Amino acid sequence: MQWNKFAVFLCLVFLSLAHPSRAELAVDVTLGVDTEIPIAIVPFGGMQPGENLGSIIAADLHRSGRFKVLPDSQLPERPHTPAEVQFAAWKSKGQDNLVIGQVKATGTDQYTVEFELFDAVRGSQLANSSLSFSAAESRRAAHRIADLIYKQLTGEEGAFATRIAYVAVSPANAAKVRRYTLQVADADGFNPQSIMSSPEPIMSPAWSPDGKKIAYVSFENKRSAIFVQSLTSKDREKISEQPGINGAPAWSPDGKQLAMTLSKDGNPEIYIMTLANRSLRRVTDHFGIDTEPAWSRDGSQLVFTSDRGGKPQLYSVSVNGGQPERITHEGDYNARGMYSPDGKSLCLVHGNGGDFRIAVLDLASKQLRVLSSGNLDESPSFAPNGGIILYASQNGEKEVLSTVSSNGKAKGNLRTAGGEMREPAWSP
Amino acid sequence: MKVLQTGAVLLIAALLASGCSSSGRTKAQGFGGYGTGSDGPGNGNDGYAAGGAYGASGSQPMDDRSGLLSKRIIYFVYDSSEVQPEYLPVIVSHANFLAANKGKTVVLEGHADERGSPEYNIALGEQRAQTVAKLMKLQGVSDAQIQIVSFGEEKAAVTGHDENAWQQNRRVEITYLEH
Repeated sequence: MQWNKFAVFLCLVFLSLAHPSRAELAVDVTLGVDTEIPIAIVPFGGMQPGENLGSIIAADLHRSGRFKVLPDSQLPERPHTPAEVQFAAWKSKGQDNLVIGQVKATGTDQYTVEFELFDAVRGSQLANSSLSFSAAESRRAAHRIADLIYKQLTGEEGAFATRIAYVAVSPANAAKVRRYTLQVADADGFNPQSIMSSPEPIMSPAWSPDGKKIAYVSFENKRSAIFVQSLTSKDREKISEQPGINGAPAWSPDGKQLAMTLSKDGNPEIYIMTLANRSLRRVTDHFGIDTEPAWSRDGSQLVFTSDRGGKPQLYSVSVNGGQPERITHEGDYNARGMYSPDGKSLCLVHGNGGDFRIAVLDLASKQLRVLSSGNLDESPSFAPNGGIILYASQNGEKEVLSTVSSNGKAKGNLRTAGGEMREPAWSP
Repeated sequence: MKVLQTGAVLLIAALLASGCSSSGRTKAQGFGGYGTGSDGPGNGNDGYAAGGAYGASGSQPMDDRSGLLSKRIIYFVYDSSEVQPEYLPVIVSHANFLAANKGKTVVLEGHADERGSPEYNIALGEQRAQTVAKLMKLQGVSDAQIQIVSFGEEKAAVTGHDENAWQQNRRVEITYLEH
């Protein structure tokens, strides 16, 4: 029986290899054989200013691909305080981890949430905490609780209480004019705030390492220019407006330099700008396309996209220049590499046979794993803990933001309202 | 018409010559040569952009008996900046007009389809516009008469996510600046 299942699984894997459109099938099948941590999250008790905190926490943990969240309909009971928990009910379900919580209104627009994480089989408390928040902060409070649970059960930092930037594009009106808006939202797509808006394209948002600024490309003057904008003061500075392309800004790990693509010398090359004095240093020198630089974690190397071999592939080069080394060999299109937070892998856009998907390249083994299953997936960005990759994909006729856990086990779309969503970038 | 043909022949000769001396790049740039099937949109009249500089604007339309100057869009095949043979006469006619009217300036706006990475597509769009610019300069158009901007995949002419839409989005738009 076990072997039969295994054989069926292998067949599905082979089918998926033969027909790229079936890759999703293989992923679904592997969902059964994993080490996802079972967890039950009871909707929190008490009046809450918005969505139930327990539901927000459940959605966060599910999206990470590290947890198997017990469906609401299968909860054996709905306790809100430790005294109400009947451990026997959870034990008989084989449910190790249980989260309960209670929200109280403590003043005008002031709330306190107390939550507990139990090992329900042993009947012991693993974590508890209480947080105060205003109505506007209620989702953030839930994300912080999700981070605490994630850390307690996986040993790794959570990244749910972080933010994302992306470009929202309204459909073209009768005069063929679109509106491009740079937005910053919570990591689950809620609470979007507009940072900058223009009838001309906005591209390539990139967070400074301290999370206080965003570099981006704007065509507001009918040509490309790179701007750096403060998220606190909203002040912004034009950093580069050379003839030709000003694109693909990427912050050095220390935040002092910005790698970028400029075509002022005739074709796109990678440059490094020292922000303090705006001095430019050219890194690449080739008549083909060189673009999309990304810094290694130690700041010594840049990975970039180049078609110098005929098709777009990823190359690595010292920040001091020199001979680039090709690092992708699988597939006919590999672009927009970005280092994982631990520096051991890259996420990238992988094109093969007309489909463009998000893949992760392990730099030591050179093994490439395709994680997404769309055919127009692009702009991947790691969560600051490396656990989830955010990217742009096509959902029917609409461009949306999607997530895939780095282990490939959980996929979903962010619920962002209105328009097309493009080029997401996860905050530090 | 005869002038145009002569121009085209000269262009081909010049490009073949320059192609031979280029440094062995696998992806051809410039004129692709005859014999390849057309991968561009089947309808060559798509190139007539509404709101062009001629006609309503009052700028003088030159003698355009061939109608080629009314075509303002050059289409490309996927991940290529090679000009397909069918669009060569359009480029030549605009180039001849510009060469004869040194006060005129064009913007060559490069675009790509939505597939692949947005910044790579910016580079691809620029490469397409540069190929058209190079062909125009071979006809005597000066650097000062040509401006290039690439919007990559950011300004699709046609929405949709199939080859029919993509082939209409891989383009260079020729726009005359008003003075």
